[in-house]
Amino acid sequence: MPIKISKETADEQIRQKVKEISGEDFQKCYQCGTCSGSCPMADQITVLPRRVMALLQLGRKEALEEANTHWVCASCHMCVVRCPRGIDIAKVMESLRQLTLRKNEDIINPSEISKEDTAKLPQVAMVSGFRKLTS
Amino acid sequence: MKISYYPGCTLKTKAKNLESSALACLDALGVEYEELPRWNCCGAVYSLSDDDLIHLIAPVRDLIRVQEQGFDTVLTLCSMCYNTLARANELMKNDEVKRGTINDFMDEEPDYKGEIKVVHFLDFIRDEIGWDKLKANVKNPLNGMKLAPYYGCTLLRPGDVSIDKSNSPVVFEECMEALGAEIVKFPKAIECCGSYQVLGNPEAALKVSNDIITEATAFGAEAMALTCPLCDYNLGHRQEEMLKKYEGTKALPMFYFTQLMAVALGVDPENYNLDLNQAVSQEFLKGKNLLEKVST
Ligand code: SF4
Ligand code: SF4
Repeated sequence: MPIKISKETADEQIRQKVKEISGEDFQKCYQCGTCSGSCPMADQITVLPRRVMALLQLGRKEALEEANTHWVCASCHMCVVRCPRGIDIAKVMESLRQLTLRKNEDIINPSEISKEDTAKLPQVAMVSGFRKLTS
Repeated sequence: MKISYYPGCTLKTKAKNLESSALACLDALGVEYEELPRWNCCGAVYSLSDDDLIHLIAPVRDLIRVQEQGFDTVLTLCSMCYNTLARANELMKNDEVKRGTINDFMDEEPDYKGEIKVVHFLDFIRDEIGWDKLKANVKNPLNGMKLAPYYGCTLLRPGDVSIDKSNSPVVFEECMEALGAEIVKFPKAIECCGSYQVLGNPEAALKVSNDIITEATAFGAEAMALTCPLCDYNLGHRQEEMLKKYEGTKALPMFYFTQLMAVALGVDPENYNLDLNQAVSQEFLKGKNLLEKVST
C-alpha cells in the first residue's frame, strides 16, 4: 500500500513521546523484518512490528493509533532477542499502549470478567492482564 | 546450603501443585529453604516504560526482605515472578540514577544495590545440585515417557535474565532427561502461549497455544512439562476449548516439571496435588503406572 509522506503527515509529538517513554531509538531500525518473522501474534495483528517501526520513523500517528499490534502483543520478547539492531521492540509496544492508557482509557474492564472466569484464572493472569491493559 | 524461597501469589492457591511438589523435591534433595517472610506480589510483569519506577517498588521491596532475612540468594518457581524479580534486580544493580530515585522514595527501607541473586528452580538445580546428583536420587525413572519440556518466554527473555541461551536453551531438557524421560524437542518450546492476552484477546491466545500443543504432538510428545501457572492455564486448562474449536488437536497431558520430578524422586504422592491438573494428566500418570509404583 503506497503512502504519501510530507511534513504535514509526520507527527513529531508521537515520535518524541514514544522515544521518551520507551527510551528506545526506533530510528535505528533498518527494516529487516526479523521482528515480524519472529512474532507469534503475526497472523492476529493488523500491522506487523517492522511496519510499526516504519510508521514511527515517519510519524504516522493515525496509522499507529488504528493498528491493533500493541494491543495483541504479548510482550514475549522474541523480537527483542532477535533484532539485529538491538532495539527493544517490546518497550516500543509498551509505550504505544501507555499513550492510550495514560488517558485513563481501559482496554479491558475487570468488572466484566465473569465470576466463572475469575474463579478459574490464575492470579498471575489477572495481575499481568490488568497491568498491561488497564490504566 | 540454605536458601530463601519466594512463592508468589498463584502458588498459594491455583498452582499449589507447583509449590508443594517443588518443596517436596527440595526436601528429597537435602536443600534447606525458608519462605520469605512478609513477601508481597511482585507485580507479575516487569515495567517496560522508562519513566515508570513506581511498579519497581513491589519487586525491590521483596529483594530487600531477602536481604533482611539474611540470605544472598532467592529461589523462585513461577516463571513470571522469576522474570519480574530478576529484571528489577538487574536494574538496581546497573542503573545508578534509577536506583537512587527508588531508594530515596522508599526511605523507610534500607538502601538496596542489587546484591541478591535471583534464581529459578531449574538453574538452581543445574548449578547447585547438578544433573549427576539429581540422577542419583531418582527412585522411579520416568522411563518411556515422551516428554516435551516447554519453556515459554520469561525464563529465557530478555537475554540479561535468561537462565540459559535465549535462542537455544538446554537446561530444561537436561533436567527432565536426568529424571529418565525421553525428550521431545520442538521449535515452539520457546515461543509464547499468549500470556496475559487470555484477558485481552482470548481467541488469539487460544490460537497460539493450540499451535504449540499440535506441534509438540506432531513431534511425538505424549506429555508436556511446564514451569509457569499462566502457561498451564493457556495450554492446559483451555484445552477443552481448543478441542472444540480446532479439528485435529489432541488432548495433551500437562504437568509442572516439579510434579514429574517429585514422581521420579519418589516423594509422598500427596505432594503432587494432582487434583489441580486436568483429568487427562491424572489418567496419563496412572496409565504409566507411576503413581502406583510410588505408593507401594
Ligand atoms: S528486527 Fe529490528 S531492525 Fe529488523 S525490522 Fe524489526 S525493529 Fe527493525
Ligand atoms: S514482544 Fe510483542 S511484537 Fe515482539 S514478538 Fe512478542 S508479541 Fe510480537
